[in-house]
Amino acid sequence: MRIKLFYILTLVFFGFNMFAQEHGEHQKEHMNIYEEEHTPEALKLKDKIKEDIQHHLKDSHDFVLFSDTQKGKHYGIPLPVILWDNGLKIFSSSRFHHGEEVAEVNGSFYKLYHGKIYKTDAKGTINYDDHHHPANAKPLDFSITKSVFSIILMALFMLWFFSSMAKSYKKHDGVPKGIAAFMEPIVLFIRDDIAIPNIGEKHYAKYMNYLLTIFFFIWFFNMLGLFPLGINVTGNIAITFALALLTFIITQFSGNKNYWKHIFWMPGVPWPMKIILAPIELLGVFIKPFALLIRLYANISAGHIVLMSLIGLMFVFNNWLGSSLSFFLAFAISMIEILVALLQAYIFTMLSALYFGFAVEEHDDH
Amino acid sequence: MEKLINDFSFGLFFWQTLLFLLLLFLLKKYAWKPILNAIKDREDGIKNALESAKEARKEMQNLTADNERILKEARTQREEILKEARSMKANMIEETKEEVKMIREDLMAKTKEEIANEKQAAIADLKNQVADLSIDIAEKIVKGQLDAKDKQVKLIESMLKDVKLN
Repeated sequence: MRIKLFYILTLVFFGFNMFAQEHGEHQKEHMNIYEEEHTPEALKLKDKIKEDIQHHLKDSHDFVLFSDTQKGKHYGIPLPVILWDNGLKIFSSSRFHHGEEVAEVNGSFYKLYHGKIYKTDAKGTINYDDHHHPANAKPLDFSITKSVFSIILMALFMLWFFSSMAKSYKKHDGVPKGIAAFMEPIVLFIRDDIAIPNIGEKHYAKYMNYLLTIFFFIWFFNMLGLFPLGINVTGNIAITFALALLTFIITQFSGNKNYWKHIFWMPGVPWPMKIILAPIELLGVFIKPFALLIRLYANISAGHIVLMSLIGLMFVFNNWLGSSLSFFLAFAISMIEILVALLQAYIFTMLSALYFGFAVEEHDDH
Repeated sequence: MEKLINDFSFGLFFWQTLLFLLLLFLLKKYAWKPILNAIKDREDGIKNALESAKEARKEMQNLTADNERILKEARTQREEILKEARSMKANMIEETKEEVKMIREDLMAKTKEEIANEKQAAIADLKNQVADLSIDIAEKIVKGQLDAKDKQVKLIESMLKDVKLN
């Protein structure tokens, strides 16, 4: 039954993704054909693709759906920039003109450089240090970036989606219908196959909210990342860091006496071993969530890089054999990415549940 | 590692944490709690229904067993009653026969006695009548004979003689 459900889910999202991807490729093709007419050297195209990928992986201060690089036009919406630089400064990201111009706010000048905002002079000069990094001052940036904007939209969507699921239960007197019938097996899977076996019957209930939220949050964003809108949220280190930090905090705060005892004074081993084990165990406390954040970040980023590279290869080959080959490769990778999207959400949730389980475990033996 | 730190954006981290916690809180209130409760209620309902069905089946079995037992008991009881009735009938017939016999015998004896009595009475009656008749006859004869006085004296004398003899 569960396998069948995932199969259907995969099919549903796959269908959407294929349609969407073809759409995206179409756009890309459009803009690259232009480019090739004017700069036929393949090397330049490769650099352009590389830059595109780099740009895609990063967060940005405006929501650009696609760009016409030839005309220097970007299609999308600007987003609000919020800076803390001796007082709150709020202005539209359109004033940066996609990093081409210096924004002047109340006598201060800011420039967008490689996705980051720097304080500059009126001309927008960027000074570099020895390692070719910008040495300009960076104001604290609380902008509603593309990722933040996506998170707000996704949060609203999830709220609507799951509260309507909850309402459907009330309406049909506890019988799952519509969305509820579709999502209930997944919710049950998280409860019966992730939370209960890892945390235990006694304590699992209070972690269900977190586990469900984190699972659907990561899964939906992973799936959204495969859409051609170019939203890459879960492949962002700040996002995975925030998620892993929450897991870390919840774990430490739910840790009982046994949990701490197993870290600082491992029972059942001779005392010199206890002294050796304590720092290792303590290190493990931090390594676990760190692995969690790196795993999700690396998986999603790598997926995006591979997929975009393969799509880029189509234009590098620019012949029917190579291009169709890369198309099918990109197709295959998309399929795998759909699986990875679900798998990473599952792993993150599973490991979080496992860590909570360690924290609340009661050892009466030893 | 340097790339990771360079990629890290504090603003994004701040917003993600804030929005995620808000989402977590709202989803908990408006989605997960009612959903999990609905699922749990339903599961409990199914569990209860199954249990009560099991109970009902057990009760049914008990009832059937009871019925069978009662039926069996009734059958044995019926047999017993029949047996008893049969024996009673036999007894009654026997008793009746006995009684009838006794009554008949009794009746017979009584009849015999009565007949005897009647016979006796008849005999006695006959005797009396014979005696009366004899006396009458004797009277008549005596009357005829005792027309003369000497004859009377002679008779009295003979009678007296008889009395003396008696």
